[in-house]
Amino acid sequence: MSDLLKVEDLKVHFPVHGGVLMRQTGAVRAVDGVSLGIRQGETLGLVGESGCGKSTLGKAIVRLLKPTAGRIEFEGVDVTHLGTAAMRPLRRDMQMVFQDPVESLNARHSVREILEEPYIIHGGISRAERRRRVDEILDRVGLQAASADRYPFEFSGGQRQRIGIARALALNPKLIICDEPVSALDVSVQSQVLNLLLELQREMDLSYLFIAHDLAVVKHISDRVAVMYLGKIVEMADSETIYREPKHAYTKALLSAIPHPDPAMKVERVLLEGDVPSPIDPPKGSAFGHRIDHPRYEETIGRELPLVEIDPGHWVAADPCCLEPADYQRVAG
Amino acid sequence: MSEAILEVRDLITAFDTEGGLARAVDHVNFTVPKGGTLGIVGESGCGKSVTAMSIIRLLPQPAGRILQGEVMFKGRDLTRISPKEMRTVRGGEIGVIFQEPMTALNPVHRIGRQLSECFLLHKKMSKKEAWEASIEMLKLVRIPAPEMRVGDYPHQLSGGMRQRVVIAMALACRPDLVIADEPTTALDVTVQAQILDLMKRLQSEFGMSMILITHDLGVIAESCDEVVVMYAGRVVEKAPVKELFANPLHAYTKGLLASIPRIETEPKTVLPVIPGMVAGLRDFVPGCRFCQRMERRGPTLRERPDFIEASPGHWVESCPICYGETSRKEVRS
Repeated sequence: MSDLLKVEDLKVHFPVHGGVLMRQTGAVRAVDGVSLGIRQGETLGLVGESGCGKSTLGKAIVRLLKPTAGRIEFEGVDVTHLGTAAMRPLRRDMQMVFQDPVESLNARHSVREILEEPYIIHGGISRAERRRRVDEILDRVGLQAASADRYPFEFSGGQRQRIGIARALALNPKLIICDEPVSALDVSVQSQVLNLLLELQREMDLSYLFIAHDLAVVKHISDRVAVMYLGKIVEMADSETIYREPKHAYTKALLSAIPHPDPAMKVERVLLEGDVPSPIDPPKGSAFGHRIDHPRYEETIGRELPLVEIDPGHWVAADPCCLEPADYQRVAG
Repeated sequence: MSEAILEVRDLITAFDTEGGLARAVDHVNFTVPKGGTLGIVGESGCGKSVTAMSIIRLLPQPAGRILQGEVMFKGRDLTRISPKEMRTVRGGEIGVIFQEPMTALNPVHRIGRQLSECFLLHKKMSKKEAWEASIEMLKLVRIPAPEMRVGDYPHQLSGGMRQRVVIAMALACRPDLVIADEPTTALDVTVQAQILDLMKRLQSEFGMSMILITHDLGVIAESCDEVVVMYAGRVVEKAPVKELFANPLHAYTKGLLASIPRIETEPKTVLPVIPGMVAGLRDFVPGCRFCQRMERRGPTLRERPDFIEASPGHWVESCPICYGETSRKEVRS
């Protein structure tokens, strides 16, 4: 099956200015050469620590940020350089759900106004029809029709996130970028929203790019998972595989850091030193090899560490610092 | 049970609101074992932070006040001592770690000066001695190059480093008890693992007792000896950590444990949910508040259920529905 979304070697760099004349002195390499694909009806989970570039990647895909280099293809069409007007019809198909529903919903608009806005912008629908659709969509996300005339502050966090989801659904999109949609929610509400997302996907054949830092949540909702570190994907595989047989040292460290809600379980923990290095001045070689001070780090300086398919569907960066020697042998070939 | 360092007896804390007094903490009882860690778990608005703030008497003024109850700490009732006396306890004998290290630290002072403050206030050191002691504390919380870092401002440090500084401040005067309110919630998983590990090591080194407040059952499972589950201002269940996870008795605890996505569960399956949401502070019923959430009608809403010891050390709010006949049979068998 062909991919609904295809991203090739995408880069998003932000200029850094400095000095007396505020000339560009460098760049934050927030996303630095990412390739991935999402099929229709599929969820790709994207995990990584704060500052790894996962949100930037999501925003660049829906073109809320301008990519510096690379290519984004949606349904076979290159959308990387489309202008605002040419992009508009495509926005129907690509929507976004944000982390903080308080900040992403206009506090001065009623729920009805918030949900009618997509129809007004994309036009062609009568007023009566808009009303009908808003009622329908509210019901779809589990809110009462009476909610339509209330304002965002009158709702709890979970309900607000339902409004955010309803807005994303309004135009029947094909792909939704979910940027930490449940991180701000309480545990019992989080599971309600996750169930809703799964249900909507099944009914509407939606594709998700699900960005989160909670690995258990990501595993639960995703078909495949990509692990991002300092602007690059270091490992990608189907969810079961990545949790059962992680190959990359960073994936392993990330997995072992999860606190398990079971006191009887004792985990071998790989404790990492330090934080994610700065994307302004990234290490010259393997970024993670640098963090763990690996003896083979010198070898990786100035080298590309491409993603290689180690097993069918299981991709990992060919990095001598981060793979078991046997695995590295297999991919270095 | 072993000796207790702190005992909270029948605590009621209320806030003045437009509609009268609202009880955020309603008849709460628990003890903190000496040298051990008591976890308080619950969702936002359950009263866990207000309980902590009541103990150290940092309730928002003038709205918040303790209506009833005792907080026994080393033979004194903290609710009754003078504000001056309280100041020597707070930061001296009881250390506090807050969630957001950026707001807990003063952005315009060097971290050395903020750390020194504890020593100047509580240990009557000279400025130079306090500065030296601050460097020692930074070394203790494993901040690299502490002699340099002591002169940094908070914004120059990463999130994990800042939280280490906050921990250093809380521990500076070798307190007998540390209250940590969501100490790792704002941090990435790998950094969270570092901080929890650090706190555990320092705790056993110093022989401190700890109250750890969190919404994360994973953190509770790993770090606590005893657990208190709070719901809508009340303690609904209290047990040693292994017992609580192996044998939850209250419907709320059961629901909470069932609704978290785990690494072991099958991906993309429907999660069990707790329907509805927590009632607003002013709408709390006198009776069982979990029944209120489940929209039950009838006598259980009217009277506060007794808090009973279902098995040795395992306490539960004995609402006939939430801790019903079936649950009781399970305990006996």
